[in-house]
Amino acid sequence: MKEPDKLASSEITDPAVYFNRRTFIRAGVLAASAAATGLVYRRLNPVGRGKVNTPLIEGLTTPTAAEAAAGFRVDEPQTSLEHIAHYNNFYEFSTDKEGVAPAAAGFDTKGWQVSVEGLVRKPGVFDLDDLLKISPPEERIYRMRCVEAWSMVIPWVGFSLSKLLNVVEPLGDAKFVAFQTLLDPKRMPGQRSRVLDWPYVEGLRMDEAMHPLTILASGLYGRALPPQDGAPIRLVVPWKYGFKGVKSIVKITLVATQPRTTWNEEAPNEYGFYANVNPHVDHPRWSQATEQRIGESGRRPTLMFNGYADEVAHLYAGMDLRANF
Amino acid sequence: MKEKDIRFVKFLILVNGAVPLALLAGDAIRHQLGANPQKFAILTTGMMTLIFLVLTMALTPVRKITGWNWLLPFRRTLGLFAFFYACVHFLLFFSLDRSFSVSGTLTEMVKRKYLILGSTALLVMVPLAITSTNAMIKRLGGKRWRALHRLAYAAAICGVVHYYMQVKADVRQPLVFAAVLAVLLGYRLLNTWQQRKPAPVATIKPESE
Repeated sequence: MKEPDKLASSEITDPAVYFNRRTFIRAGVLAASAAATGLVYRRLNPVGRGKVNTPLIEGLTTPTAAEAAAGFRVDEPQTSLEHIAHYNNFYEFSTDKEGVAPAAAGFDTKGWQVSVEGLVRKPGVFDLDDLLKISPPEERIYRMRCVEAWSMVIPWVGFSLSKLLNVVEPLGDAKFVAFQTLLDPKRMPGQRSRVLDWPYVEGLRMDEAMHPLTILASGLYGRALPPQDGAPIRLVVPWKYGFKGVKSIVKITLVATQPRTTWNEEAPNEYGFYANVNPHVDHPRWSQATEQRIGESGRRPTLMFNGYADEVAHLYAGMDLRANF
Repeated sequence: MKEKDIRFVKFLILVNGAVPLALLAGDAIRHQLGANPQKFAILTTGMMTLIFLVLTMALTPVRKITGWNWLLPFRRTLGLFAFFYACVHFLLFFSLDRSFSVSGTLTEMVKRKYLILGSTALLVMVPLAITSTNAMIKRLGGKRWRALHRLAYAAAICGVVHYYMQVKADVRQPLVFAAVLAVLLGYRLLNTWQQRKPAPVATIKPESE
């Protein structure tokens, strides 16, 4: 064993310096670890979002007083464009609602076509520009109620789906309309994982599809749809849960029997074909009696048919809405 | 490990565990929590609860495998953080989602299975937090204390199922938690089974510092 005394006293670090260094190192470790934790948190929960600057839509018409009274314009504060464009359920891009906008940025819709086929007299493949010329763009301010119990008020731009259906002339035995989203895992990265059975498909009964409130939307807030909201063209059915509003539509087929729908196939006991907003029929796992209006604190009561009962309740007269949820 | 070093590492855990809460609060003040800030804050504190629960329960297997016995004193700090975030999680739900309505909270709780599971997890953690002090460990005795604190697994299982049940389709995240939990539980069960077989009388001491 070495004699500790052999060490010259001048070589012994002054205790004051030693403890200072120790404190210094500790402060450094503390700061570095806290910064690292903060960076990990920030990486998982990013802030700061891109602005929506899609082209303005020209020739926009606003609803007449009579149309507004028929549900074309809801008189409630509108959800901000920022929130509408950064809180999206669009699993084709991401299952994270805040992550859809960045994942969908740059989604290319050039040369978009929509095929309208099935039980119609005049089937056809429409270039998007031709489809949008069928009827002038109208502003429709609708409530949007998600099945997850949150809601928004959105100023859509679009026109009634019935205008398109009248152009293609449905045959007498057409009882339902089926819709299909684009299937392209290269442009829609969410489709590379099998969260849902792609492509996303939805459907409406013929009378629902022909109802004036049912629209094909190509914009919101007077601008073309941002990719994350279903560009370039999507369905909006304001009295139904949001998942009925199929996005980025490439195919519309008129059929004789009830078409299969994506969420219904995913969980038949949780998501029905009709999916009408109904505060009295709960989701098996959560309540549908109230909703979180985005931008508000607290919860609002959910309205029957999302507040459009006067306009649409007659479509379901005599139907058991508990069985046909 | 020296007493002073233990105190420093505990302080280190304290600061790092508080960082997510500080950032969450900072983002909330600057309106940076996105379109649904209530839901975001509730979800984030729930995730932190699960993360700290998993870290707490991972400590013993890591200590046994590596032989790093100096890790032991930090289990309590981690576990108390899990309990702390669970309380914040519940208070955010009670205030932001239920508007401080006791009856509204109770009726919703009995109706929703996921809320029953979440409340069970929180309630199970209460006695664990209360008996986390040295005095309580001595009073209960190491054997009984350890038996009681195995309830942490019940809390974690309830917590993960509580999370799983609220996801619509993308269950990958709750499944990651479930998988980690299964590994930890499997290790403990295997350990218990191996100890029981040759019956080596292991001396069980209260957690000391």
